[in-house]
Amino acid sequence: MALPPTSLSADIARAAFYAASNAAHPLGPLVPRLVKHMDITFLLNEEVVSLTGVSPTTTLLDWLREARGLTGTKEGCNEGDCGACTVMITDEAGSRALNGCILFLPQINGKRVTTIEGLAAPDGAMHPAQQAMVEHHGSQCGFCTPGFVVSMATAHLNGARDHDVQLAGNLCRCTGYAPIIRAAEAAEGTPVPEHLRDLRGGLPQAAEVADALAANVVQPSSADELAMWFEAHPEATLVAGATDVGLWVTKQFRDLGDVAFLGRCADLRGVEDGADTIRFGAMTTMTDVEAAIAPYYPSFAAMIRRYGSVQVRNAATIGGNIANGSPIGDGPPALIALGARLHLCKGGARREIALEDFFLDYGKQDRAPGEFVEAVSVPKQKDTLRCYKLSKRFDQDISAVCGCLSIIREGDTITEARLAYGGMAGIPKRAAAAEAAMIEQPFSEATMRAAMAAMADDFAPLSDMRASAGYRLETAQNMLLRYLHEMQGHQTNVQEVSL
Amino acid sequence: MSVAKSLPHDAARLHVTGAARYVDDIPTPQGTLHLAFGLSTVAAGRITATDLSAAADAPGVVRVLTADDLAHDCDVSPSNHDEPLLADGRVHYVGQPIFLVIATSHLAARMAAKLGRIEIAEETPILTIEAALAADARFEDGPRIYQKGEPDAALEDAPMRLSGRMEMGGQEHFYLEGQAALALPQDNGDMVVHSSTQHPTEIQHKVAHAIGQPMHAVRVETRRMGGGFGGKESQGNALAVACAVAAMETGRCCKMRYDRDDDMIITGKRHDFRIDYTVGHDADGRIQAIEFTHYTRCGWAMDLSLPVADRAMLHSDNAYHLEHVRITSHRLRTNTQSATAYRGFGGPQGVLGIEKVMDHLAQELGLDPLAVRRANYYADNRQETSAGKAIDGREVPADAGDLASRGAPQASGDVSVPQSGGQTTPYHQPVTDCIINALTDRLADSADYQARRAAIAAWNADQPVLKRGIAMTPVKFGISFTLTHLNQAGALVHVYQDGSIHLNHGGTEMGQGLFQKIAQVAASRFGVPLEAVKITATDTGKVPNTSATAASSGSDLNGMAVQNACDTIRGRIAAHLAERYRCDARDIAFDGGMVQAGAERISFAAAAASAYENRISLSSTGFYKTPDIEWDRIAGRGRPFFYFAYGAACTEVVIDTLTGENRILRTDILHDAGASLNPALDIGQVEGGYVQGAGWLTTEELVWDDKGNLRTHAPSTYKIPACSDRPDVFNVALWDEPNPAQTIYRSKAVGEPPFMLGISAFMALSDAVSACGAAYGDLQAPATAEGVLRAVQKARN
Repeated sequence: MALPPTSLSADIARAAFYAASNAAHPLGPLVPRLVKHMDITFLLNEEVVSLTGVSPTTTLLDWLREARGLTGTKEGCNEGDCGACTVMITDEAGSRALNGCILFLPQINGKRVTTIEGLAAPDGAMHPAQQAMVEHHGSQCGFCTPGFVVSMATAHLNGARDHDVQLAGNLCRCTGYAPIIRAAEAAEGTPVPEHLRDLRGGLPQAAEVADALAANVVQPSSADELAMWFEAHPEATLVAGATDVGLWVTKQFRDLGDVAFLGRCADLRGVEDGADTIRFGAMTTMTDVEAAIAPYYPSFAAMIRRYGSVQVRNAATIGGNIANGSPIGDGPPALIALGARLHLCKGGARREIALEDFFLDYGKQDRAPGEFVEAVSVPKQKDTLRCYKLSKRFDQDISAVCGCLSIIREGDTITEARLAYGGMAGIPKRAAAAEAAMIEQPFSEATMRAAMAAMADDFAPLSDMRASAGYRLETAQNMLLRYLHEMQGHQTNVQEVSL
Repeated sequence: MSVAKSLPHDAARLHVTGAARYVDDIPTPQGTLHLAFGLSTVAAGRITATDLSAAADAPGVVRVLTADDLAHDCDVSPSNHDEPLLADGRVHYVGQPIFLVIATSHLAARMAAKLGRIEIAEETPILTIEAALAADARFEDGPRIYQKGEPDAALEDAPMRLSGRMEMGGQEHFYLEGQAALALPQDNGDMVVHSSTQHPTEIQHKVAHAIGQPMHAVRVETRRMGGGFGGKESQGNALAVACAVAAMETGRCCKMRYDRDDDMIITGKRHDFRIDYTVGHDADGRIQAIEFTHYTRCGWAMDLSLPVADRAMLHSDNAYHLEHVRITSHRLRTNTQSATAYRGFGGPQGVLGIEKVMDHLAQELGLDPLAVRRANYYADNRQETSAGKAIDGREVPADAGDLASRGAPQASGDVSVPQSGGQTTPYHQPVTDCIINALTDRLADSADYQARRAAIAAWNADQPVLKRGIAMTPVKFGISFTLTHLNQAGALVHVYQDGSIHLNHGGTEMGQGLFQKIAQVAASRFGVPLEAVKITATDTGKVPNTSATAASSGSDLNGMAVQNACDTIRGRIAAHLAERYRCDARDIAFDGGMVQAGAERISFAAAAASAYENRISLSSTGFYKTPDIEWDRIAGRGRPFFYFAYGAACTEVVIDTLTGENRILRTDILHDAGASLNPALDIGQVEGGYVQGAGWLTTEELVWDDKGNLRTHAPSTYKIPACSDRPDVFNVALWDEPNPAQTIYRSKAVGEPPFMLGISAFMALSDAVSACGAAYGDLQAPATAEGVLRAVQKARN
């Protein structure tokens, strides 16, 4: 994209400075696009690191390995799917596991980074997770091991014992996972090592961007600040968790243009649990959405536990999941089925629309240049929602079909149906014909079968590497039967069968 | 004695602290350059124009090379000399390297590699089995056929007949560490290469050829791989050769590692197979005659496809005695990645073929599949003898110098083969070490198979949506390289004057724990604690002419070679001490870090020092070759295998009949590792192999589009098992009898055989499908949720 002349010259000056001062940096002067730069400060294990003039799309993984020679953190896929690059990031809110390969340096400004090299005590004593992995033969080739250990240590620190969930984002090809889980179980309950007990203490002051409104890489600290800047830079890329934008850079080499990193907009993050609605700030992570929604809509929360992995959900935001506009995102179908409202902001102006109206067509949303998603709110109502996510692999897989169904009855008669699907059209979409076929009908197999037949008019899905069109339509239809069976008390979920 | 102890992996502490060094972690000299390939985006065609100016002008780019720029013949094939490093005028698959970018950073090289403008006159690619058969696009002159008995007549005579088909997908290795190599140019034109490879000697051979030097000019070092699974037997050649060539060109160190997507697009995978079968049988499911036809897509180049397809034929019997059998194998050339070695090396495909037959027979006859399997098992522990027959010659490919590859030609000569009769495999090898009946009995008992089968049937009757299934399947896997001359290994052992021991051998460490097992052997031979033995990187300068660490052979071959080296040194020390202490050398004992010589008891270190002072050599090579194996791969007769490894698995699953979603609930395994060198490491191989095998047959689906683009080229779209996909209940035990064959401490090879235990998960899914209707569901692999739903529908109709 074309940059204003002033920032162009500033960039050239920065680039020259960069080349002179930091020539060893692997990505700096070599990237064949005009890079913008910023300053950041963070804690790396116990050391305060201040970087000046870093490219904002340098990933933490590349920086650790190539600039710092900390090679314990591995690159397995460079797209956030294998977890070999897992690092622990600590800020005021606590410590989380994140994928270093799709974490841009500006996202750790003011935070603490704990890598595999920082887990052993200063006297060399191994972390309990490390010790347990040795004792239980949890490593074979060892390449995924540092990522597993960092995930385990983060879960250990946070007291999490749902190991299958905590480790769903770490792939191992050698062990079959059994010894790793045995190690995680052995380590649980052991004391957190002294040197990891107060990671939140001594967080450094984040480096600031001077003259933020004019700068083309910014880290605004409030929604209003963002609104002003975005109105002045309406073609800019907004980076929330970077779980998708990260791949634009690492795989597609896309130039992000002007960039705002939204991680410091505190007022965009968080959950307001009101009398009639739950309002999620756009920067609320999927981890926090899951926790907040669980008491009201447990099926939605259960689906979120399969959305990406811990590392992805710790970064990914509900706003990003919506604004991205993907037809296969798992958040929108559930939110649409719940009748969620979307809050948008442009400059000083704010508006509210039904979430389902936001998605116009494939790749097209009802969002003006310079306008951004500020929040989404979900009405509180009797829970009739069931979310059915269908994918090749249970954990950390993109849905072939995601059906989120809410069928409201009075007595035995269906009065309202909201059947929202992902993966069935170019946008997350309700099955209008199927819904119509249910209204004022008894809640019965005959009604479901009639609605299933009607659904053939709602969708013309595609065949791709995840599923065939025929399978998509058939299972979308069958989800109505599953809903009926579930409400009738039958076992319908293979995950809930145990011996 | 450290042998048979469950010691951790030798590098476990390094793994868990991030200190274990892989190729990309090795600190590089200043000025090291980085490489990336520019890839074909077309599956078949002729290159008509090449414009690489944008790539050459990109920031950080030092040079861009095409095939025309290469000074020497840079072939990277492990077999047929049919894989030019860079496309030389034609392209054969989407992902074929066309040009090589040399740049100052990995990222700069990757970015520039996207900037080539290659014009290609496209041709219609051959992508499917049907298209390859129609075009008669094959490797070898025609189908390979193995036969025993009179299959045609026996089929005619059989009271019942059944035919069917088993389609099975390929499999991406998904080693967590992608392919990587680093070349450091030395003086006088020599080259040192660090490579993430299972086969350092082949890297040495290929690099030497590419830089126009004898093999002595190239030294290859491999400390460890981040996973191999067969994917680093030949697929690392291209990176090592590229690095060496670029290092020669520039005089600078050169490193190359594939980005994950590039890795999946460029490199070969497990061969997908279609197996058609016709079986003649009786009402109890006893097979009287069987005919298999294998079709496999080998991809664009030969690579190791011939021995892979051979091994699929050699495992068509699995654990079943087939009197009258014919196996026909078509090795088809397609415009896709060149399929390569993958754990089991064709064996799993052959085994799945006959396991599908057992499943089909049982469901057709309304019998318990385990009963049908048992009815066809080889008998336990029978003995047969052999007699001779001559072998046919075979055309020698152009690159006959590549003798250390599994794709190399088999030397011809007289081969002793057994006569017909008795209990023999379809390739006429007597089966004399069978334990599968006893092993099955014990597992069926410990897994409570019969009672659970009944309980599942009762549960299914009450369930409208979910159905459970259970299956128990055996494995019998032949151990030895089928290219007989590869069954050799070397070792180099030094004892220093302080009693510490430096250990080196030809095997490579890819996570399987080979180095630790071999160190346990060395420590046991000298009677010293394991800490006295230093494990060192595989190095072609220390042990030459190594075979790939493949075919599950690592500890069998290298363990014996190391034992041989240790015993040579031990014998010298003993002779010296016998003289010094005036006792019989045979009475000298090495144990507990001490040496007992007559009435004297001195430390091993003191013994080493004494030997040194008396000018006794404390260094020795060791060598081993597997005895008693020879066969004719063209005729399919002889004894390709030194022995067989056995095992069985019982898996229970649940499926959702509305969506096909499924899950493994419980798995019980009893596996034969002989007298295990290290039970913990062997159980690790069994657990990991099972999950990898189950992944192959369930969630792991390779999808190519009609242009030949691999659509599943990243972990976002290609789904290997994740943590929660392992069985909820996972009971693994080792069979407790030693190997009757004379192997190292009577252990058995364990790398590949457990992979096939994953077939029990697939058969359990088929069993669950059978609860949905009377018809045969005819489940195909991979059994994705979509595949299971399709089978459910078929069962109902």
